[in-house]
Amino acid sequence: MKPGTGLRRVVSEDESMTDTGRPDTILLNMGPQHPSTHGVLRLLIELEGEKVVNITPIIGYLHRGFEKITEHRTYIQIIPLTDKLDYVSSMANNMAYVKAVEDLMGIEVPERAEYIRVTVLELQRIASHLLALGSLGNDLGMPFTLMMYTFREREMILDLFESLSGARLGYNYMRIGGVAEDLPLGFKDMTIDFLRFLEKKIDEYEDFIYENEIFRMRTEDVGVLKAGEAVNLGATGPVLRGSGVRLDIRKEDPYSVYSELDWKIVTGRKGDCLSRVLVWINEMRMSVDIVEQALQNMPPGPVKAKVPRVLRPEGEVYSRIESPRGELGIHLIGDKTTTPYRLKIRSPAFCNLSILPHIAKGVLIADLIAILGTLDPIFGEVDR
Amino acid sequence: MRSTGEVSEVELMELLNPELYIKLLTNPFIRGLAGALIVAAIISLAVLLLIWAERKFVARLQHRYGPNRAGKFGILQTLADGVKLFLKEDIVPESVDRIVYTLAPILCFSIALLPFVAIPLEKNLIVANVNAGILFILAVASLGVIPVIMAGWGANNKYNLLGGMRAAALMISYEIPAGLAIIGVLIISGSLNLVDIVEGQKDGWYIFPQFLGFITFLTVAFMESSRPPFDLPEAESEIVQGWTTEYGSVKFALLMFGEYTHAVLASILISILYLGGWLGPFAPSGFWLVLKTLIVMLFLMWMRAAVARIRIDQMLNIGWKVLVPLALLNIGIAGVIRFV
Repeated sequence: MKPGTGLRRVVSEDESMTDTGRPDTILLNMGPQHPSTHGVLRLLIELEGEKVVNITPIIGYLHRGFEKITEHRTYIQIIPLTDKLDYVSSMANNMAYVKAVEDLMGIEVPERAEYIRVTVLELQRIASHLLALGSLGNDLGMPFTLMMYTFREREMILDLFESLSGARLGYNYMRIGGVAEDLPLGFKDMTIDFLRFLEKKIDEYEDFIYENEIFRMRTEDVGVLKAGEAVNLGATGPVLRGSGVRLDIRKEDPYSVYSELDWKIVTGRKGDCLSRVLVWINEMRMSVDIVEQALQNMPPGPVKAKVPRVLRPEGEVYSRIESPRGELGIHLIGDKTTTPYRLKIRSPAFCNLSILPHIAKGVLIADLIAILGTLDPIFGEVDR
Repeated sequence: MRSTGEVSEVELMELLNPELYIKLLTNPFIRGLAGALIVAAIISLAVLLLIWAERKFVARLQHRYGPNRAGKFGILQTLADGVKLFLKEDIVPESVDRIVYTLAPILCFSIALLPFVAIPLEKNLIVANVNAGILFILAVASLGVIPVIMAGWGANNKYNLLGGMRAAALMISYEIPAGLAIIGVLIISGSLNLVDIVEGQKDGWYIFPQFLGFITFLTVAFMESSRPPFDLPEAESEIVQGWTTEYGSVKFALLMFGEYTHAVLASILISILYLGGWLGPFAPSGFWLVLKTLIVMLFLMWMRAAVARIRIDQMLNIGWKVLVPLALLNIGIAGVIRFV
């Protein structure tokens, strides 16, 4: 039996899933209900003792037919749908979609709106990385310690977003040609206060990881993804940068006002779980910087461009942004009707998840969970 | 005696005769039964309170409140959880090996309570003052892994199996350092009797000459009670609930209870072997033992909130490559201290 093909054959032919075709291995079904598959991932693992010989991710348990639904909705009605894509970073999804429509129709967005967008996008990136870090703590078996800490800060970001949009998870804040509302009174001061607080806490997290011998034992040199491999396997976002590849859509294909702000791409060195975690941490620091600059340089003015009520774009566009998880692309085809002809989402979580079988071969179950935690898939986005 | 309920005067006098009671009290069977019941009651109560204390303490470390609904400060939470578990339907999955599956929780519970009969709370407060007390405790405590493997195998679930196998691997690598660590104490005290060991610490606790042994035994305590960072057999994020995955209701309560008493036992042993047991000024002696045990327990709880889980190969490395040499070195130190 060729490696990699075996499990698939077993699954398709025999749903009882007891046989791996080898006497010394067992087939373990992990998920879709499992404490640390980050939602509804199902993994079929061929185990030799504790060692993972073969692994097949099975996805689709959260498939909602998102791309098809958009074909029956008007362009504006699609924005709240995007909230539910990557449900822990709705702002980024909002942005990816509205940017695609703006690119397609050539809409000029007012500068203030762009600055507000960058502010909320970077806050969203912080919130998302905090969540990823917290759930990695759970995966590594220190239930809820790290998670409760990171959720404390994430909660503050959610409060800020609540003051912006009224919602805490699905914000529906971006609009085609701008944002829904201007920043509420006092938002800037509250955000600056929060950033001061967060900076201290990020240092604490770094200490928590570097000073914690066991945390390092569990993440250092585990799940190594070499730079070349990362590129070939289509890694993106923190996973790619953790392997030392300096690629970030915010620099590569600048959108909004990222090119006017002063910031650097954060990269790791070794490509193991620890460097991916450190990319999260340093990216949070960088995001703090960006938010501060955006708030300082924010010009007055309108927050929404004049856009026709009924949008009938024509043409084809692929527009991409750097979501917290990587390159989030929207391929949009308009056919001069009120609904898109086709909307395809290039999901970073899906691309990163597809690396799992390649780097999790020959590791122990515990490492598999750690690797999965650092790949940070969100199933709303993987399955769409 | 007639069964009609009529009691003649002679028989009444016989019942009031104090010698009867002395005879009853000196009867080894009755004494043993009474002692066992007392131990079971005390340990059950202590575990109920300790689980609450742990949840509360860990919650505070983790920036949350912990139980605060049932009773004052949520102190009845464990009781409520226990009642809930006992009232639940006892589901037995279809594919299990019924005998092994049912026997495991019972064995786990009873074996967990057994070592406590040989634990002295005070010089004279002991159910069974076994001459080789420490040997008895170690022997019985190491039986504790058998129900774990039974639960892992009998439930016919792969997660249970993995948990049971992990427990077996864990057991092999902690039993040897545990025994070796204790040998140091035995060399210095010159006795296997726990009472003698504590009385021998009048001039100084064994933690000072036996620091390496203390460290080894403390690490072993984590492994023995399979608490974080060595909670591999029930690693929730990896193998769901490990060896207890297929268990519910009363059976699960018994398994969890049995597991928890291991931690209590380990803490008591540490305070007896290394921290001078009930020795201490002012307060009654039992108080000191309880206090020391609680402090060790607190350390176990603290670690649960502070560190990640160790991987199985790393755990085996620690057992064989770190703890065994450390314990051997410790024996050498003990020998030098004893004979110089």
